[in-house]
Amino acid sequence: MTTLWLIPLFPLLSATLLVLSAGRMPRQLAALLGAGSVGLSAICVALVARTYLADGQVQELTLWTWMAVDNFTPRIAFYIDGLTVVMMSVITGVGFLIHLYSIEFLWDDESFCRYFAYMNLFVAAMLLLVMADNLLLLYLGWEGVGACSYLLVGFWYRDPDNGAAARKAFVVTRVGDTAMFLGLLLLYTELGTLDIQPLMAAANSQWQVGDTLPILATALLLGGAVGKSAQLPLHTWLPDAMAGPTPVSALIHAATMVTAGVYLIARNYELFLLAPPTLAAVAWIGLATLLLAGFTALAQHDIKRILAYSTISQIGYMFLALGVGAFASGIFHLMTHAFFKALLFLAAGAVIHCLHHEHNIFRMGGLRRRLPVVFWSFLIGSAALAALPFTSGFYSKDAILLSAWTLPGIGPWLWAGGLLGALLTGIYSFRLVFIVFFGEAHTEPDQQPGWRMSGALIVLCVLSLVGGWFALPLAGVLPDKDHAHVSHAVEFISIGTPLLGLLIAYLLFLGRQVSIASLAESPWGKALQDFWYSGWRIDKLYDALLVQPFKCLAHWWRNEPVDLFYNALVALSRWAHGRLITLQTGELRWYATSLVFGLVLLLAIMLRNAS
Amino acid sequence: MSMVVLIGLLLVGGIAAWQLERIDANLPRWVALATVTLALLYLVSVIAEIPAESFKLTPDPGDGDSWLLHLKLAWIPRFGISLELAMDGLSLLLVILTLLLGLIAIASSWSEIDFKPGLFQANLLWTLAGVCGVFLAMDLFLFFTFWEVMLIPMYLLIAIWGHENRSYAAMKFFIFTQVSGLLMLLSIVILAWQGVATGGELSFSYFDLLGLHLDGRLAWIAMLGFFLAFTVKLPGFPFHTWLPDAHTQAPTAGSVLLAGILLKTGAYGLLRFCIPLFPEISMQFAPVAMGLGVAGVIYGAVLAFAQSDFKRLVAYSSVSHMGFVLLGLYAWNNLALQGAIMQMVAHGVSTAALFMMAGALQQRLHTRDMTRMGGLWQQAPRMGACAMFFAVASLGLPGLGNFVAEFLVLAGLFAVHPGFTAVAALGLITAAIYALWMMQQTFQGAPDEQRQMDDFHGREMLAMVAMILALLWLGLYPQPVLDLAQPVLDGLHGVVTPGEHLAQTMTAGTGQ
Repeated sequence: MTTLWLIPLFPLLSATLLVLSAGRMPRQLAALLGAGSVGLSAICVALVARTYLADGQVQELTLWTWMAVDNFTPRIAFYIDGLTVVMMSVITGVGFLIHLYSIEFLWDDESFCRYFAYMNLFVAAMLLLVMADNLLLLYLGWEGVGACSYLLVGFWYRDPDNGAAARKAFVVTRVGDTAMFLGLLLLYTELGTLDIQPLMAAANSQWQVGDTLPILATALLLGGAVGKSAQLPLHTWLPDAMAGPTPVSALIHAATMVTAGVYLIARNYELFLLAPPTLAAVAWIGLATLLLAGFTALAQHDIKRILAYSTISQIGYMFLALGVGAFASGIFHLMTHAFFKALLFLAAGAVIHCLHHEHNIFRMGGLRRRLPVVFWSFLIGSAALAALPFTSGFYSKDAILLSAWTLPGIGPWLWAGGLLGALLTGIYSFRLVFIVFFGEAHTEPDQQPGWRMSGALIVLCVLSLVGGWFALPLAGVLPDKDHAHVSHAVEFISIGTPLLGLLIAYLLFLGRQVSIASLAESPWGKALQDFWYSGWRIDKLYDALLVQPFKCLAHWWRNEPVDLFYNALVALSRWAHGRLITLQTGELRWYATSLVFGLVLLLAIMLRNAS
Repeated sequence: MSMVVLIGLLLVGGIAAWQLERIDANLPRWVALATVTLALLYLVSVIAEIPAESFKLTPDPGDGDSWLLHLKLAWIPRFGISLELAMDGLSLLLVILTLLLGLIAIASSWSEIDFKPGLFQANLLWTLAGVCGVFLAMDLFLFFTFWEVMLIPMYLLIAIWGHENRSYAAMKFFIFTQVSGLLMLLSIVILAWQGVATGGELSFSYFDLLGLHLDGRLAWIAMLGFFLAFTVKLPGFPFHTWLPDAHTQAPTAGSVLLAGILLKTGAYGLLRFCIPLFPEISMQFAPVAMGLGVAGVIYGAVLAFAQSDFKRLVAYSSVSHMGFVLLGLYAWNNLALQGAIMQMVAHGVSTAALFMMAGALQQRLHTRDMTRMGGLWQQAPRMGACAMFFAVASLGLPGLGNFVAEFLVLAGLFAVHPGFTAVAALGLITAAIYALWMMQQTFQGAPDEQRQMDDFHGREMLAMVAMILALLWLGLYPQPVLDLAQPVLDGLHGVVTPGEHLAQTMTAGTGQ
């Protein structure tokens, strides 16, 4: 397919032009380039998708051999199957809407060009990540999106806090990336290739299910996935990454980059099927993360941090799906989540934009009538997030929960945990809606979103509502769990739980039938709330365990301990010099005396040796 | 004769630059620029005459006549010393790098040096001549001569045109290099003497000494002499402490040359001389060398983070990156060696760029102290963008040359020693920490609104863009470099085979 290479090229080219313009490009042109290039990519993706949907043929394209040393010959090559088509559609489709929205959101920013340069570069890297036919090129995209994330989180570089958040995002994910790097080395060393399809074939022929090597290799890859997708224990960077502009959070930290870990596992699912312990770990990590993040979201009061924790929690669901073997359901949730979470972030951005950069939900309120488009967007997004019936999130989350139930042994436990998470999701998402949009107003909006922002919101509203009816071309590409025969009771409970969450949120935050204040004021309630607010004090733990020791070590070594040795040599030489120099007195009798004594000594030694 | 002409051109150009200062203070810069450009053009014309298929042939490391160029003239026949120069793909690659970075060094010192610009340019050109000689000399005595030739002008560059603490730094640099160089001379003499002892004629030629296969204590001493000389130059942990001082105090052009090419002579020496001359002993010694490499990777990165002086930070990052070279060389398989060579080239470019950045900052702000910078992006966005590019190159972002190098080194090393690989990979994390911290302290953060600062001018921008393109090219299509080096490595594989213990770990590692 000849148009394949155009897909990442458009944004890449646009990013290059924007960089070369060095900020001197007129805003209109920069906007046209920035959003237009992603739009062109989206059109190309649509063409590719149409071909794929028509014939179901995998499309491949090799551009050039990246490097060739011995039999290590990774290529710059693309491999397009159903999974890639889904990912590309999300990246360019949602990406285009977010670019469109950004034009209005950042119009007054002095670094307008720089913003679109970074965003386009990000889209190009993300496309390379999902289109790569080998793990090394995937890793290029993987690190590329990480770098763009760093640049965009720290976009407003004058505030050192933003810089710290950006560095944290990069370094924490780099920890995972390094594990993944080692995983790549292990896979290459053992199987002799990094091309994904031959790699899967080789793994299947050389390794048995449950062997040590596939477990080790998948565990290392999982390290990368956990870092990028902000799962336990490497999730701490995502809430801080909200320091970036809100459309960045929508694109990178909700719709695309953070789901790269899910993509990685799905892409290499054959490898993970050879390693049941790793797969179980994926499920448990997902469950633990979704619960932890759900509780944390309940106690936050920054609108973006709530959404950040809910993203962590929803990706936990995707991991849960992957872990129980429902790979297609995981990707399905990835797509619907991209729709409704992008919608929520953009709506939150609109709130922040219209309320003079206000982030605290308790200083909002009553926005229902004042910002109607935003209100409906938020409502639809929250409904999909909470998985209320017939929204897109309902179909995908329901599929995950039922798949978990069907797993023999631990399945019902995972299901119950997921259900608790769904309850929490219902509570925190409607807590947000009720506090921000109902009740009395604390801040008046000073403007209304324009057509670009509203347009992007409306399209995403539609997608969040109907996205659940899309039939993804994943049959035969990814395995899924059959959950047609789950009993009706289980299904009803799965459907009813989010509604219960909605009810609880209503009682606590809108109806005021139960006083949340008195609950929060009690000593236990306060301690719990602080604990959740701090994200279970995990940041503090890492600070004490890793950051401070590293800083101490660096401080301690700062003045080069190795030089102590060389300085000691210098001191020794100086000392010897000082001692020996006293022998040079210039007095003849002293020289003569020492000559005689030396002679006597030498003679004595010689005589002794002779006898 | 072409190689003699090349080195001679640089030496004569140096004398011309020195003397022409009397006519006009600007003239030496142009003379230096013209000399290096001429040398490059001459090299290209010489290369163009070599048939293309010779580049694909594997040169016999023990027979200079199979190389691309070979020249042997009598010098001191009584002691078997000759003027023997030879060039294969590896030397060609490094000579090209030397000349290109020479141009960068001249560009970066263009407006910086006002005191005796003629002598400055002369020393710069003589250093280049010495380095080219080191990369081409195939007589060990001649090699040692060039080793000294490159040392003394460099010493003068630091001692005369350096910053506040220059005499200490220059002296430290000189003593470290000189002491280790003398140990190497001792080793060379031992080696030549052993050649006679085993029945040959007295000769200092690489090609005669290569097949000696020494053993025993004397051979260990000789090997360690070479190893020390080259590891000090590389610099490997724990012989690196001269480097931060020398770099910090050197003028910009000096730092560019020092980091870009002088350090590579150490790596080149290990690859060309130390390991092939003592193959068995070197492979027994490999775990120690790799341990030093890993230690350097981590130690350098931690210390880089601890610095507040921009140049010191970059200097320590060099220590960290050169640890990868040491690892790659002693892992001694094709992937790792290619990675090590790639690292020599890519690090040469990226670090030269960072030192040029440091020089530009110092020229504008009169300080290297990063605690006194911050928010510079606002005043100088072009500088900021370039600094960001080279910072992410230095932390090993895929798509740029340094990543290819580090990946190949670690991929090769993994087959030999997974444990060292895992520890060395931690260097990828620490590199991110120091590189991004550097960006935070300089270009990000709150700007000082009162500060006036010029952005990069055309000349500086040209040099930066050239290096950016070079790193992108190395990162996305490194094949020309790999192809140039591959025949040389094929030849060396015939001389050195991985030692017994390494072969064992390798099979244990693959589990087959």
